[in-house]
Amino acid sequence: MDHRPQAWGRPRDDVYGAYDASYLQANGPNQHTQSPIVTGTSVVAMKFKDGVVMAADNLASYGSLARFTDVKRIRTFADTSIIGFGGDVSDMQYLDRHLTELGIDEAYQSEAGHTLNARNLHKYLSNLLYNRRSKFDPLWNHLLVAGLDEESRPFLAAADLLGTTFTSPSLATGFGGMLAQPIMRRYVPDEAAVAGVSRDQAVEVIRECMKVLFYRDARSLDSYSLAIVTKDGVELRENEKLEQQSWAFADRIKGYGTQTV
Amino acid sequence: MFRNNYDNDSVTFSPQGRIFQVEYAAEAVKQGSVVVGLTSKTHAVLCAIKRNAEELSSYQKKLFAVDEHVGLAIAGLTSDARVLSNFMKQQCLSERLTYDRAMPLELLVSLIGDKAQLNTQHYGRRPYGVGLLVAGVDETGPHLFEFQPSGLTQEMLACAIGARSQMARTYLEKNLDQFAACGRDELIHHGLRALKETLVQDRELTLENTSVGVVGLKELGKKALEPFKVHDGPDVKDWINSVADEAEAETSAEGGEGEGEGGEGMQVDE
Repeated sequence: MDHRPQAWGRPRDDVYGAYDASYLQANGPNQHTQSPIVTGTSVVAMKFKDGVVMAADNLASYGSLARFTDVKRIRTFADTSIIGFGGDVSDMQYLDRHLTELGIDEAYQSEAGHTLNARNLHKYLSNLLYNRRSKFDPLWNHLLVAGLDEESRPFLAAADLLGTTFTSPSLATGFGGMLAQPIMRRYVPDEAAVAGVSRDQAVEVIRECMKVLFYRDARSLDSYSLAIVTKDGVELRENEKLEQQSWAFADRIKGYGTQTV
Repeated sequence: MFRNNYDNDSVTFSPQGRIFQVEYAAEAVKQGSVVVGLTSKTHAVLCAIKRNAEELSSYQKKLFAVDEHVGLAIAGLTSDARVLSNFMKQQCLSERLTYDRAMPLELLVSLIGDKAQLNTQHYGRRPYGVGLLVAGVDETGPHLFEFQPSGLTQEMLACAIGARSQMARTYLEKNLDQFAACGRDELIHHGLRALKETLVQDRELTLENTSVGVVGLKELGKKALEPFKVHDGPDVKDWINSVADEAEAETSAEGGEGEGEGGEGMQVDE
């Protein structure tokens, strides 16, 4: 028997010829993440008078390939907050596991039922992201965190892979920043306007944004998740479909692909 | 001659199942001057008697602010208390840094509880020779916790530790029902009265030897905080006077009508 562990489980040399072990040697330095691989596109969210609405489609792209069409990119935390993930999907899954653990630790730690609210969660995640970018090994995500703050007011904030934080009555990551944000800003241009927006209105605006994004963002999908967080908890619907699409404008678009006209 | 063989370290049980080193540490708490803590629905109050080592020296601090929303009172070895207090300050700051929130009291107290318990289970270490009352306000309202050198921690409605603290506890137990509904100054008043009970015959509450720490909610049901503040010297004058006036009124009432303690309707002329 061959007692060298590196030879175990390999094809037999006498049958298949000498094993090419060159790939086992690490040549060059270890590399940190240089770019995301499997990615999710935009996350959009806006506040309304009693809470926050958020949406993200269910697509995980591999480059320009629509590789996974059933990936849920919004998760809940402690039934009181929601987090939307844009960017790398494996880093999202890492954060998801991390947050599950955090949630369990928090729940056990305190009998009085202290839970991290959305503000606490956002602070924690932005610290985590900043810490990782400071190691030159960033988690390649752009997050939206929504929920209620300690005074039970709607809370919405973003944190990106550099640890940059941002807050606004409406927020969008990725392409949504260009395509959805102007639409949402028509309804909530500032913090004062939030009080005038009802839940149904906000949901309607978000659905509209998802439609525009599907029209114009080539890495998007018509199946999406929609989450509404209020003081009563989180309502997460993960299999929404875009309705009443109209592609009538499509044949008027010129200047792409192999068109000659 | 009798000699105790089971008190050389804190890891050895006596045949009766006792750990003498821990009990000695509890004894150090009883040597410290008395501190009283009590809570209402809106406030948590700490009151303490300070001692001076000699006539010409200053008085030893008994109350410490830990964070905006937490303070503590100590009975026992001050230097041990400072170690715990510094640790608690650090933990509170790190909670604000990582989560942007005020440290929940229950959590903070369990941290020092664990820290102290560790000392009772390692050879070559000694228990902290100090008892604490930790008062503060968090998301769930005002709280008071008692901490002992053994690592035991428990939430209390009202509590007193230190020399002759039994007298204060008796007062607190007798008046417990009233505390919940008390306002800020009423609660301080009860605290000082409990403190007064522990004094020996010819001692008085004075501006020099009395400390009062207050933390609370500005309004019941709202989040606005009245941050923990230690009041010393001139700040406690009015409170001390109100307790003294009452005592005077009681003694004169006793002399006049021989009614004694029966005069429950507290007559405070102000």
